[in-house]
Amino acid sequence: MEAVKSFYDTPVPARFTGMLSWLITLDHKRIGLMYLFAILFWFLLAVLLGGAIRLELMFPGENIMHADLYNSAFTLHGVIMIFLFIIPALPAVFGNFFLPIHIGADDVYFPKLNLLSWYLYMTGGVIAIVSLFSDGFPDTGWTFYVPFSISTNTNVSTAVFAAFILGFSSMLTGLNFITTIHKMRVKTMGWLQMPLFTWSLYATSWVQLLATPVIAITLVLVMVERFFNVGLFDPARGGDPILYQHLFWIYSHPAVYIMILPGMGVISEIIPVFARKSIFGYKAIVASSMAIAIAGSLVWAHHMYTSGMSDTAVFVFSLLTFVVAIPSAIKVFSWVATLYKGAIQMTPPLFLSLCFIYLFSVGGLTGLVLGAAGANIHVHDTHFVVAHFHFTMFGGTGFAFFAALHYWWPKMFGRMYDFKKAYAAAILVTAGFMLHYVPMFVLGLQGMPRRYYDYLPQYAAGNFFAGFGAMFMILGIGLMMVNLFLSFRRAQISDPDPWGGVTLEWTVPSPPPVHNFVTDPDVLDYPYDFSGVVAGAVNKSRRT
Amino acid sequence: MSDIINPVVLVDRSLYFIIGFSFVFLFAVTLVMIYFVIRYRRSRHPVPADIRGNWKLETAWIFIPTLIALAMFVSGWQAYSGLRTVPEGALEVEVIAQSFSWIFIYPTGKETENELKVPVNTPVKLTITSADVIHSLYIPAFRVKVDAVKGLTTHAWFLPENPGEYFLQCTEFCGVGHADMTGVVQVVSREEFDEWVADDGW
Repeated sequence: MEAVKSFYDTPVPARFTGMLSWLITLDHKRIGLMYLFAILFWFLLAVLLGGAIRLELMFPGENIMHADLYNSAFTLHGVIMIFLFIIPALPAVFGNFFLPIHIGADDVYFPKLNLLSWYLYMTGGVIAIVSLFSDGFPDTGWTFYVPFSISTNTNVSTAVFAAFILGFSSMLTGLNFITTIHKMRVKTMGWLQMPLFTWSLYATSWVQLLATPVIAITLVLVMVERFFNVGLFDPARGGDPILYQHLFWIYSHPAVYIMILPGMGVISEIIPVFARKSIFGYKAIVASSMAIAIAGSLVWAHHMYTSGMSDTAVFVFSLLTFVVAIPSAIKVFSWVATLYKGAIQMTPPLFLSLCFIYLFSVGGLTGLVLGAAGANIHVHDTHFVVAHFHFTMFGGTGFAFFAALHYWWPKMFGRMYDFKKAYAAAILVTAGFMLHYVPMFVLGLQGMPRRYYDYLPQYAAGNFFAGFGAMFMILGIGLMMVNLFLSFRRAQISDPDPWGGVTLEWTVPSPPPVHNFVTDPDVLDYPYDFSGVVAGAVNKSRRT
Repeated sequence: MSDIINPVVLVDRSLYFIIGFSFVFLFAVTLVMIYFVIRYRRSRHPVPADIRGNWKLETAWIFIPTLIALAMFVSGWQAYSGLRTVPEGALEVEVIAQSFSWIFIYPTGKETENELKVPVNTPVKLTITSADVIHSLYIPAFRVKVDAVKGLTTHAWFLPENPGEYFLQCTEFCGVGHADMTGVVQVVSREEFDEWVADDGW
């Protein structure tokens, strides 16, 4: 098997060598990696912006920046993290790379559309940069609430246009994945033999396809309002600002499930592999993914209890919010139950997954506080909310992204990183994370509003500790990235299955060849059947 | 005024109930997870069991959390109803939010800026609107928060039971002066308030 060429050595015409061969590639694996590097760039930039915000807040009064720069910093942090990192992170990188392999296919159904999505993503990113350097940084928060976003003089239109373009990238990726899953599965693989990561991408893709057009419409309306002063949202011209909030959250609440569902999928892959045991309740996890996608689309106005909408609406949206909590709880129970009587091997991806379960649970449980109508009124728009969504989005999706990087790194690059440094980084990030965000829960309960440049003296202690934790966290992220990239100085690994996984990506060489499969792969009757791996492991230990 | 239930009590009850439950739940899940990882580590437990599900257990962990979630919803709804139902005989104060201060207008026509003076043990009803962008009035001590939107009137009420000074803040991002858009609620005796509100000042 030594003559297998990896996808890095794709034969290309002489005119298209080097970088150019990547820029015109239709290979899903290459496109996945191109997303990976672009996304890592944005992620690290937004991390530094977040660090600057925390540094400013570490002490009362002005420390490192003015109020207007601070307002731009949290806006950019939010916009970049949401639209350029969390939404595309797992589907665009790992979905592109592994979804076709997971279902025994050679590529996605529309490879050209896939490349177009990448170009749209890059275009959106470039426009976002342009918005920074012309007419001043946008300063509205990532929510672009009207009428403020219409009246401010900063460059909101360009930033909004960037988000609009990025939306198309997201929609087309969703469309591509849905079609791929329906049409490209190897013939022997039924729906209930698909890996759970693929299932979670399937649920996510539907939300991407159906919810993203709403934000596209909304952002166009904001631009129309800014350029032509029509009076759609601006009450001074007879418009309705609450309409904007509804339209915004009809997309942006489902969007949080676009962000978290693939993360849950990653965890559902990693836990069984290192427990060497079937996932507990496969069908329940599949059903929860779909239930979250559907019910999660019906709870948007729980961001608006204080907005002035009717009490009846508050009742309905609060009730639905508690309904959507259940499928997430089911997943947590299933992951923990999977560990029961397993043969658990601790590795960096598993460690990060366990951190995910803990941090995501905190995020989910504090979401219950926010879902309850009366309790929400006290903590709405405070640091409590900020801590809550960082626990779900960063402790959840972010940690799933880290876990996925560590889990699939040897497959994508054919190199293994150093475990000790990986653990040290994971511990540093997690400990820093807790010190960073737990004080923010307390600050929120004490009443410190979000997006505050300065604060009353009673909030000083919490902000100091949060800033301290943020610095640890950033150090940890830096160490993690350095450690992963140092793996390129190590020898190529030869084992296609270093972890003992049973999904199809572990049957192909690391890194995979240009054509994923020479012949149709054998599909397991039950997708998480580890009996073969267990038997193999026992044989191995007998031999040695 | 002792027959009025202060919604602060209801909100806090809901907060304590949900947060208290969350701590127990988180502790239990984390403890079980860590126990499994240590107890079933590969060096000690090399041959895994093959358990793919258990419908009884799965049904239980659908139904029990559903019941708990519904109880949380009810506690939240009760607190919300308390915050929304204004008792009879409340002092009515109009609030106009503007970038970046709060204007309070009393029934006597008296106006103040960033200073809301109210008599102790009297419910206060706030009728709120905005002169420009969206703001949000937040008085943490009374668990009151409601958006101020131009072209729309919203309301909130609270019952100050102890004299003293409490702070109020803007919680809807409104621009460069957002963090400075704070004010004070002064709860004073009935006599002091009556004297103050009758005197239209300068």
